[in-house]
Amino acid sequence: MKNGKIKQILLLTDGCSNHGEDPIAVAALAYNQGVTVNVIGVLDDTQTEQPKGLDEVESIAEAGGGVSQIVYQKALSQTVQMVTRQAMTQTLQGVVNQELQEILGKGQTLEDLPPEQRGEVMEVVDDLGETSQLEVLVLVDTSASMQHKLPTVKDALLDLSLSLNARTGKNSFSVYTFPHKKKTISQLVAWTPDLDAIDKVFPKISSGGMTPTGPALKESLYQFGKKRLFRGMRNDEPFEESGS
Amino acid sequence: MNHSKNQAPELAYGTVITGKWHKQSYRIVGKLGSGACGTVYLCEHKAVRFALKLSSDRTRITSEVNILKKFRKVQGQHLGPSFVDVDDWERPGYGPLSYYVMEYLQGKSVAQFLTGKKQEWLGVFIMQLLSELENLHQAGYIFGDLKSDNLLVTGSPAHVRWIDVGGVTAKGNAIKEYTEFYDRGYWQMGSRKAEPTYDLFALTMVMLETAYPKRFERGKDPRKTLYQKLEAAPSLKAYKSLMMKCWRGDYQSASHMKKDVVDQMMALPKENTRVGRKRANEKAFHWYEIGATSMFAVIFYLISVLMRF
Repeated sequence: MKNGKIKQILLLTDGCSNHGEDPIAVAALAYNQGVTVNVIGVLDDTQTEQPKGLDEVESIAEAGGGVSQIVYQKALSQTVQMVTRQAMTQTLQGVVNQELQEILGKGQTLEDLPPEQRGEVMEVVDDLGETSQLEVLVLVDTSASMQHKLPTVKDALLDLSLSLNARTGKNSFSVYTFPHKKKTISQLVAWTPDLDAIDKVFPKISSGGMTPTGPALKESLYQFGKKRLFRGMRNDEPFEESGS
Repeated sequence: MNHSKNQAPELAYGTVITGKWHKQSYRIVGKLGSGACGTVYLCEHKAVRFALKLSSDRTRITSEVNILKKFRKVQGQHLGPSFVDVDDWERPGYGPLSYYVMEYLQGKSVAQFLTGKKQEWLGVFIMQLLSELENLHQAGYIFGDLKSDNLLVTGSPAHVRWIDVGGVTAKGNAIKEYTEFYDRGYWQMGSRKAEPTYDLFALTMVMLETAYPKRFERGKDPRKTLYQKLEAAPSLKAYKSLMMKCWRGDYQSASHMKKDVVDQMMALPKENTRVGRKRANEKAFHWYEIGATSMFAVIFYLISVLMRF
């Protein structure tokens, strides 16, 4: 949240992890490092019962300070943008709550304020949601069972880009997939202000057998750092005012 | 709220809700509707009926109240239901909930109202809605989630009002909430930036929905789908050019679009010179009928406007 920047990982998966570190623990680590983890569990349109593995979806988001939702493919587009926005509000509210505790004392949150003041604080939160800089790393599970859902995922991500780019604040997106044979995750789209590029790259994805969600999440965390390093090298930090 | 929780059961008839802060009591006497983000009940307070929206998503309640309160500041408006009260309530066994109380609007859905009525009535509604949108836009807001479900036809004289303000967004910001069928982004007809043209597009979809109550999917070529559906809807023939002009981006404001609607409704019955003689006779009759009834509808509308002052 430094400099009004919100960092999120958006994990799209359809099952439970079966390899490597516990993704819930990694999500907790991410949250601690200022990156919120949101998870969307994607069901087949024909699926009637919720598969057991999807319990994990909720736990990862909870530990990651984010939002989770389990949806049918059909509703994916609207869910993706909703979850991202909700998580932003949640993050901003968290920050506001912290500030409130410093002013009003421990244990005080937004909801302990009378409705009138709460309304005023919400105005500020809404405004921050509109103007904050947002970085979203999309992490797509491309294991075998996800294959036929990928075209829907692509549409949903294009739609997400459309929604977020209507904001006043700046956006940065990147897309990674997992599993990958050599590296844990593989980069599909490098950090970019809009996701139009995804149209071309998506069909190239190939799948693997395992679902190492934990390691993939951890590797994703490093991508935020890399970006900052890269940006620093190009010397175009937007918030630095220098007379160059 | 954010994580999938078991939904608490609906409140029973007779339940009394007393606010934590303002200490007002409301007795539940019915249910008006429910959605993903709360339930709207009919309630009584000192023998007056109100609508009460109760939700575990307390942030949302706060945001919606902010919008309702803003509406109060838009002068002399009938925009949304008027705001009455906001408070918290500790539901025994379920923890804290937030709610707000607003004016109870009684009416029919647009579809219910239009059933069995002449098509000119659609024109009257569009005209009314465009007037309201014009006011809202001038106040600096965009309705956002404009859809049939959020509209209600009240009273006599009939007037369209909107009942859910959850999507209202300050001009220039990103649209907060939308429903795919009415969203121009979904149809690849533009951005999700809150600007007057966003609402105008949604309005054409409300019109299109009157011909396709079950709605339809966008298909492979969304734009083409829209034009095809419009072409295939005989009941919308009179509004076809208006809607197409809107889709082409010819209207930048609600007032501009309204002018065309009014002009069309005010048009005197005239023979269409481009059609052949034989068909012209049929046409003439048709135009006479439309002309006469739309004159009637316009007069009716004017009376209804006058009555409000």
